[in-house]
This record gives sequence, C-alpha cells and structure tokens, in this order.
Amino acid sequence: MSLLEIKNLHVRVADREILKGIDLTIDSGQVHSIMGPNGSGKSTLAQVLARRESYEVTGGEILFNGKDLLAMKPEEAACEGVFLAFQYPVEIPGISNAYFLRSALNAMRKYRGLEEMDAMDFLPKLREKLKLLHMDDKLLNRSVNEAFSGGEKKRNEILQMAVLEPKLAILDETDSGLDIDALRIVAEGVNAMRSPERAVLVVTHYQRLLNYIVPDRVHVLVDGRIVRSGGPELALHLEDKGYVDIEGAAGRA
Amino acid sequence: MSSSTDAIRDLAQQEYKWGFITDVAEDRAPKGLNEDIIRLISAKKKEPEFMLEWRLKAYRHWETLEKSQAEPKWANVHYPPIDYQDSCYYSAPKQKPNLKSLDEIDPEILRTYEKLGIPLAEQKMLAGVAVDAVFDSVSVGTTFKAKLAEAGVIFCSFSEAVKEHPELVKKYLGSVVPYTDNFFAALNAAVFTDGSFVYVPKGVKCPMELSTYFRINAAETGQFERTLIIADEGASVSYLEGCTAPIRDENQLHAAVVELIAFDDAQIKYSTVQNWYPGDKNGKGGIYNFVTKRGACRGKNSKISWTQVETGSAITWKYPSCILQGDNSVGEFYSVALTNNYQQADTGTKMIHIGKNTRSTIVSKGISAGHGQNTYRGQVKIMKDAAGARNYTQCDSLLIGDKCGAHTFPYIEVKNSTARMEHEASTSKIGEDQMFYLRQRGLKAEDAVSMIVNGFCKRVFRELPMEFAVEAQKLLSVSLEGSVG
Repeated sequence: MSLLEIKNLHVRVADREILKGIDLTIDSGQVHSIMGPNGSGKSTLAQVLARRESYEVTGGEILFNGKDLLAMKPEEAACEGVFLAFQYPVEIPGISNAYFLRSALNAMRKYRGLEEMDAMDFLPKLREKLKLLHMDDKLLNRSVNEAFSGGEKKRNEILQMAVLEPKLAILDETDSGLDIDALRIVAEGVNAMRSPERAVLVVTHYQRLLNYIVPDRVHVLVDGRIVRSGGPELALHLEDKGYVDIEGAAGRA
Repeated sequence: MSSSTDAIRDLAQQEYKWGFITDVAEDRAPKGLNEDIIRLISAKKKEPEFMLEWRLKAYRHWETLEKSQAEPKWANVHYPPIDYQDSCYYSAPKQKPNLKSLDEIDPEILRTYEKLGIPLAEQKMLAGVAVDAVFDSVSVGTTFKAKLAEAGVIFCSFSEAVKEHPELVKKYLGSVVPYTDNFFAALNAAVFTDGSFVYVPKGVKCPMELSTYFRINAAETGQFERTLIIADEGASVSYLEGCTAPIRDENQLHAAVVELIAFDDAQIKYSTVQNWYPGDKNGKGGIYNFVTKRGACRGKNSKISWTQVETGSAITWKYPSCILQGDNSVGEFYSVALTNNYQQADTGTKMIHIGKNTRSTIVSKGISAGHGQNTYRGQVKIMKDAAGARNYTQCDSLLIGDKCGAHTFPYIEVKNSTARMEHEASTSKIGEDQMFYLRQRGLKAEDAVSMIVNGFCKRVFRELPMEFAVEAQKLLSVSLEGSVG
C-alpha cells in the first residue's frame, strides 16, 4: 500500500477550478517534488493535503495510509502524520516556541494513545533537533515566529517537522526568501529526516532547493494538471528551458 | 463557513460550570429599600452607632440621586431600568454563632466551596493562602488568622473590623471613595453587608497572599461588599479576590466598593478574578457588576497595582483607579476583560497624577466573542504640579467572530508640560490562517483558540500570583467555549 494516493483530485477556490484532476502516488521513503509556474496550483495541492477547509474539493479522493484523508479535519490529518511546512508561517504572540512545540507534540501523542511528555523529557529532545538546524536556544523562549527573520521562520518550520516526526512532510516553497547558507541548513535538516518510514513532498518554483534535497520523482504542474513526471533530471531540464517549453508541449498533447 | 467555525461555536456555547445552588436556610430581610431596612441591617450586624449614622447619610444621599435619576448612563452598556425596591438587601445563611473552626461551618456551604475549588480545606491552607470567604453577606470563615496576627496584620471580615477595630474603620472608611462619589457607591455605603478588611502596620511585609472568595447564592439578593485595605509606611500586601455566582434567570445586582490606601513606601497589589454568572447564551440572566474600586497612593514612593481578569457578569461597569498623590508614587492597571454571548463590559481605569514624578502603566486586553461588546474607558490626568509625570498605556482588542464589538475611549488631560505620555492601541482578529496553522500542528480548534487568547493576555497574566495565573488561563478557556465565528 502506498503512503499517499491522490486520484483524479478536483479543487475549487471561490468558483475557480484550481486543480483539474490530479493523480499522484507517493510511497514511504520517497522524496517527490512538485514544480510549476506561479498560479499553477502547487500551493493549493499542499493546503488541500493539510486539509485547509477554505478549499472546496469537487471531485476525486485521497488515501493516506489507506484512510480517507478528505474526511479528516486539519488536526486529524496532522495527528495521522501529515505535516505542512508553511510558505508564510503565522505569528502567535505571547506563546513561547518551546511551549507551542510541546503542546503540538502532546496533542499528537494523545491522539495516538501515548502518554504526554513533560518539559523535563521534552527539552533534551528539542535541544538535539535545534543543533541539527544550527538554531539558537534563545529561539525557544521567543514567541512563535514573532519578530523572526524570514530565514528563522523557515528554519523554525523544519524544527517543528523534526520534533513532530511526520509520515508525510510537505514543504511549501520553503526555499523562498532563503539565502544560500540558510537554504543549505534547511536542506541538511530535511535530508537528516529522510527515512524509509517517511515521505517528503517538496513544492517549489525553482530547481535550486533540489540541488540539496535530491528528489526521487519530479512532477510538473501546469494549470491544475500534472503535465510531466520524471526523475531528478527533469528539474534540471526545467532550470535550463523554463516552463514555457513544457507548457507548449502540454498544449500540443 | 466550515467545521472550524463550528468547533469554535461549540466552544463558545459551553455552559457555566459553577451554576449550582446551595440549599441552606437563610436569614433574610424583606424586599425593598428604606431607612428601616438600613436600620435592620445595622442592627443585625450589631454595629456601633457611627456606622448606622454613616449608612443613613449615604442612604439619604442615594435617595436624592435616585429621585433625580442620577444613575450613571454614560457607559457603553444597555440594560432595562433596575427596580431598586424589588431586591432584597440582606441575606445571611442561618448558622450557629461564634464559629471557632471550619468544622463548625455548615457542611453544605463547605461543599459549595469545594466545588468552587476554594482553598478552605486543610491541604489547601498548607499552600499558604489565607481565605476570608464571603457567602452572600456574612463572612463564614477566616483562615490563617493566627499567623497573620503574629506579623501584626489585621485580616478579617468587614463586620468584624467594625467591632474590633472601629477606630481604623472610622478613620479610613469612605476616605477614598466617599458615599457621595457616585450612585452605586452611595447605594453600597447604605446597604453593604460585609467584605474584607486588611491593615498592614508600618514596615511589615504581609507573609502570605490574602484571598477572598465572594459568592452570590440567594435568589434576588444584591451583594454589596465593601473592602478596605490599608498599607502603612513601608508595608506591603498582595490581595486576591475571586468571584462566582450560581445560575439564576433573574439579573442580580452587585455593587461593590473597594478602597486602598498606601502610605510612604508602601505597596498594595490587588488582583481580581471575576467569574460571576454571565447569563445564558441568549443573554438571559446574569450579574450586573457595578463596582467602584479606587486606590490612593498617599505617601511618597508608594505603589498600587490593580490586576483584573474579568470573564463573568452580564454587565461590567468598573474602573479600578489610582490617585497618585505622593511624589514618585506608582499606579498600575493590568486588565483582561472577556465578553462572550451577550455580555457587555465597560471597564478601564483612571490614573490621576498629582505628585511629582508619578508614574502609571495601563495594559488593557479586551476579548470579544459571540455578540459580546467590550469597551475600554480610561482617563489619564496630569495635574498642574505633577512635574515629570509619566504614563504608558497599551490597549489591545481581540475579536473572535464578526458579531461582537470592541470600543476604546481614552481620555487624556495634561496640565503640566513636563509630562510624558505614550498611548498604543491595536485591534486584531483571530484569523483563519492562525487557526489553520495551529490545527495543522495537531491542536483541536478549541485548544487553538485558547492558545491564541492566552498568548494575547500573557502580559497581564504574568502580573497575577502564580497559582491564580493558571486558574485565570483555565477560566478564560472555559469562558470562551463556543466562540470564534
């Protein structure tokens, strides 16, 4: 059984059809990348997988671990192991990063019938993950994402991923707004998380990030449809020729 | 909209958990208000003559105010006219006189306190909280008296203070909030039945947090408590009151007066967690909470700090204030006010700067959910001689849903050109993006709302004594059950 099976997915946002029949299968242990021009529906796909409710699914189905993902609330999908690294992480004034992370982890542990973790057990685990991402301890006591730089916010997303250990990690344009050093650190963090029990879906506009996180499969999304799939060489081809070439090919097909 | 909205609505519709009624025999006066009732209250309480005289003067003043319809109408709250003759002004649980220990208290009453989680029980006492519990109008139990007495601190019910320390009561009663102050202060002065009294002598740091729980139990009774706290030179004290009332369909009136007096180098910290019955989700019933709280920083370098968490009451009308008379004195006001369903709150503070280099800080956090209406009303006044006075005001509103309202009325009056004033204000809304972010991390919708609200209130919560900060957070979550829209 595949970890994620998307079959003929159609999605509307405010009367406009954004996704027009997506088929995609991802197995545990794999890294897939969705690439495409602006407005092609990449982020919509990421948000629908995380169960954002303002997107209306008009057709198709999604199985996650064999369960009907579309029947789940956002928190249920999260507890089942779907993680979304946000393109624009939200600020939560007055709530410390450490408290937030522990609350999130405990919500998931509770869902899975595990005992909640107290601060004493949690902190060492958190420190270890911080090191992985070259992050400062001080970030733990600051309010979630408040007054974080763009790079800090993105690294904080990966830190959350590292702590929550999802089955499917979706990175939504995580490379946007990162300088080359931050990009490398984020990629190292993601690579360290690669495991046979986990799949990663990298949503990106540019090929740049894929130099560091080398995908098993690349899919090109144009106007709500996957128009081409291939190995990592497809990303290089796109870097070289741009999306116009592929859009043209899709148009002829 | 979607199921996240539903979850938030469910949360907002959670019912009042403290709505039980205790069945104890009461001793109560007939309905209505007149000089005979005032005399009856005073006689029931075996008060000295000066108290009766003061009450009668207050009553006569109130009567003229009532005749001239001087009940304040300027607040941003709406309610039908109150028939002051339709209420009962004295109710006391019938009990054995002269209680020597908690064991003698009606077990029914103790069970009520237990449900409220009031730290009257032995193990709670070990937690170091001295409680003066007010059940309707008569104080039924005071703990920790001995230890406080050792330090020279007087902490007792107001009735007891009138009997045991009449000279202190006579000297300070009405010296901060005279009965002529306003309509409700006059009413309170005439009919108040009990409350707390604290006197901390020169140089004494009160060895523990002092705490009082007020509870309105009997139907159709008003509760008019009166609290007086005096910190003599160099003394310091921290006082917390918590309030809860059972569910009744009728509206009940609560008109309290609190007076604080701080002399040279003295400090008073007064914290309130107010959870009176807010009415049901359609706005039926609930407490009218019309309260006058004021502190006088009489001495130099004195400090008075108000912290309030207001989650209950159908209507709240309350402005804990500081008169900064002594040079270098400091006034603080930290407030969280939450209105859900059809609750209305008009609350804030007054900081009156009279002495030189006086400083005040105001931090107000208003949360509106359901059809709640939340108003911040604050006055900062710098008098002519208050050279070097400073004020910082931060006033934030958080909206949950689109049927509620937040209003801000700051009044600033500066008569000395050396004063420095800062005012910051913000209004925000719990957005779908914030909710989605938290839910994507596994938190249920209601927990996500609680987290955002608690974060919003953090600046105020950290002013509360530790154990009460935890309680306040829980209370806020419960009060919000069924909000965001």
